[in-house]
Amino acid sequence: MLKILEKIPDTDPLAAPEQRAIIDDILERNKDVPGATMVVLSELQSRIGHISPAMQAYVAQKLRVPLSEVNGVVSFYSFFTTQPKGRYIFKFCLGTACYVRGTPQLIDKAQQVLGIKLGETTPDGQITLETCRCVGACSQAPVAMVNEDIHGRIRPNKLPQIIRRYQLKQKNGKDEA
Amino acid sequence: MKFYRSHVLVCVDPECLAKGAHDILDGLQDELVYQGLIDEVQVLETSRIGGCANGPEIVVYPEGVHYVGLSVDQLPFLVEEHFLKGRVVESLLAKEVKRADEELGPPKPKEVRVVLRNCGKIDPENIEDYIAEDGYQALGKVLSEMTPEQVIEEVLASGLRGRGGAGFPTGRKWQFCRSAPGSPKYIICNADEGDPGAFMNRRVLEGDPHSVIEGMIIAAYAIGASRGYIYCRAEYPVAVRTLNIAIKQARNLGLLGDDILGSGFSFDLEVRMGAGAFVCGEETALMASIEGKRGEPRPRPPFPAVKGLWGKPTNINNVETYANVPQIILKGAQWFASMGTEKSKGTKTFAIAGDVNNTGLIEVPLGITLREVIFDIGEGIKGGKKFKAVQTGGPMGGCLPEQYLDMPVDYESLTAAGSIMGSGGMIVMDEDTCMVDIARFFMEFTQDESCGKCTPCRVGTRRILEILERICDGHGKDGDIETLEMLCQQIKATSLCGLGQGAPNPVESTLKHFRHEYEAHIYEKRCPAKVCRGLIHYRISDNVCTGCMVCARNCPVEAISGERRQVHYIDPDICIRCGICQQVCNFNAVEVY
Repeated sequence: MLKILEKIPDTDPLAAPEQRAIIDDILERNKDVPGATMVVLSELQSRIGHISPAMQAYVAQKLRVPLSEVNGVVSFYSFFTTQPKGRYIFKFCLGTACYVRGTPQLIDKAQQVLGIKLGETTPDGQITLETCRCVGACSQAPVAMVNEDIHGRIRPNKLPQIIRRYQLKQKNGKDEA
Repeated sequence: MKFYRSHVLVCVDPECLAKGAHDILDGLQDELVYQGLIDEVQVLETSRIGGCANGPEIVVYPEGVHYVGLSVDQLPFLVEEHFLKGRVVESLLAKEVKRADEELGPPKPKEVRVVLRNCGKIDPENIEDYIAEDGYQALGKVLSEMTPEQVIEEVLASGLRGRGGAGFPTGRKWQFCRSAPGSPKYIICNADEGDPGAFMNRRVLEGDPHSVIEGMIIAAYAIGASRGYIYCRAEYPVAVRTLNIAIKQARNLGLLGDDILGSGFSFDLEVRMGAGAFVCGEETALMASIEGKRGEPRPRPPFPAVKGLWGKPTNINNVETYANVPQIILKGAQWFASMGTEKSKGTKTFAIAGDVNNTGLIEVPLGITLREVIFDIGEGIKGGKKFKAVQTGGPMGGCLPEQYLDMPVDYESLTAAGSIMGSGGMIVMDEDTCMVDIARFFMEFTQDESCGKCTPCRVGTRRILEILERICDGHGKDGDIETLEMLCQQIKATSLCGLGQGAPNPVESTLKHFRHEYEAHIYEKRCPAKVCRGLIHYRISDNVCTGCMVCARNCPVEAISGERRQVHYIDPDICIRCGICQQVCNFNAVEVY
């Protein structure tokens, strides 16, 4: 038994029965797939939203691989995160076309409006600022992805409106997430 | 089952999403509910309809009416007119009557479509559409009439070379893998298209997934592989979905699985997703990732053909390479070899982006000149500005200036010029681009994506980046250029994989062709293109400013002062030179000096 698993924090997804069921289901379905670590972690990331240290230990135990290997994979790929993120993740595209057409200015503006830095989440847990690699919508540069939505041809002075829209969406409870 | 009298297909291609396809989707649903039509009209997502240039767009069936350039506030009117009153809204119609093959626009002059031939023409989620376009005929021919050796012979004779960028002859690769001892053997399709500005593979995967799958089955037959993987990057969720549907359909028709078409040959495929690591486009790193490990490359030899996935012989090719194979088998090696140049046969897809009038995806015979691509197909530089450089091959490619415009585009010529073919990204830059800044940008990318396994790449790219950052900040010093040259040489010679070996290309090529810009930055403390923040200043022109306050309101650091209707002033000590004021000014009153 790994030591981390003896003391799972109350806030951890493993301590919540519903999420634990999801985690167990993912592990059960994939345990015999060759190269299961990546498959399991990808699914965990998309369904739970992050992969906590305790979850990593749990995966290692169930898949019978060293915890170091699981942690190595989690820390290697940029899609995996160890901490929960905001409800809306703003990802600014850093593809060449977007960069040339003004992503840096957009990031400046977003940081100013939200009062957080790149990679951080607003204190209310609503918005996280990130950058991402080319999303393949180069003719719309500069582009930002908010969760699954793609916004194109954003001008810095229009950005606050977009941010506001998501903040309001949350308040009005129109969010399906 | 519910019966709908009408179906609305909404394009959710990234380009249309960027223009608000999601809002259209939600808006349509809301409006149909509001007007009481939701039980009669079904709204569906589809991957692409037209050129996406006038998105968001929808098609209404059974009429086949194609609307483009929609906005949310037009929806109530549209729904009322079309669905309630049954009248076509002429003003929103697509300009020309939509012909099926216009997904990428009609083929531009000088274009030849082999890989992209079906994109937009067929429904990617319906295997019958592909079969109607001679799909899986090549597979039938291979399984019933040809031996594996004959297949390899045909591919070899066609002169097809790897479309992932390195250009290794595909037939030879297959030969190696076939003759390598060990079983089972694996087939991998590299769909980890990570180069910024390149989306050729995405289009093929989303628009014609079966051509890739058929190519893989043929390759598997030629090599004697029993299992295949398509490794697709996580940034392409639509492609992953389309592929999974296509694989399922092929399985249902007995084109994948045991005893394919009664030939006794068995092969199956699955999609594996990446997780945002650029280096996984490198073949050995990609295999490590499929194995569930950190995506780090390893030294070659042994090559994957001998020792690949799980230590077994593995053939790995790019999406475009596989998509070419069924056509070669059907139309013959002679036909394929008749296109292109002596050493580079066939066609290649390119994604043109940047400062050209006509950006997008094209497929041209190899050997076409850069000038034809940029000025004839790309229709020249935006805003009548001057061409400065074209960057081919993604972040590992080089920047080529004007004198290379008449050079033919093929593997050898590009390499000789200090760039690479790469996967086919082509970024055109106009005179307002600072080449030092571009070199810094690419270095930032490669430095960030370096996996850290080998020292030259891990440390070397960081050192180059530090020097470039210093130069851009205005603190360049004598000797920097020489240090950069030395670092480039060493990283190129000693790195483990293609990422490290190619990383210095943008710096080397800009040093070679735009050395004067580096010198201006270092010795004159001047950025000729007026881009580098550390070397420019903003000011507001007295006689143009109207005092509208827009710049002051948008300034992130409150560096701009001035009353309404009075000329504003930018405090150079507070200004961070972000350029937002210049972008938002409606009167062009903000100037750079």
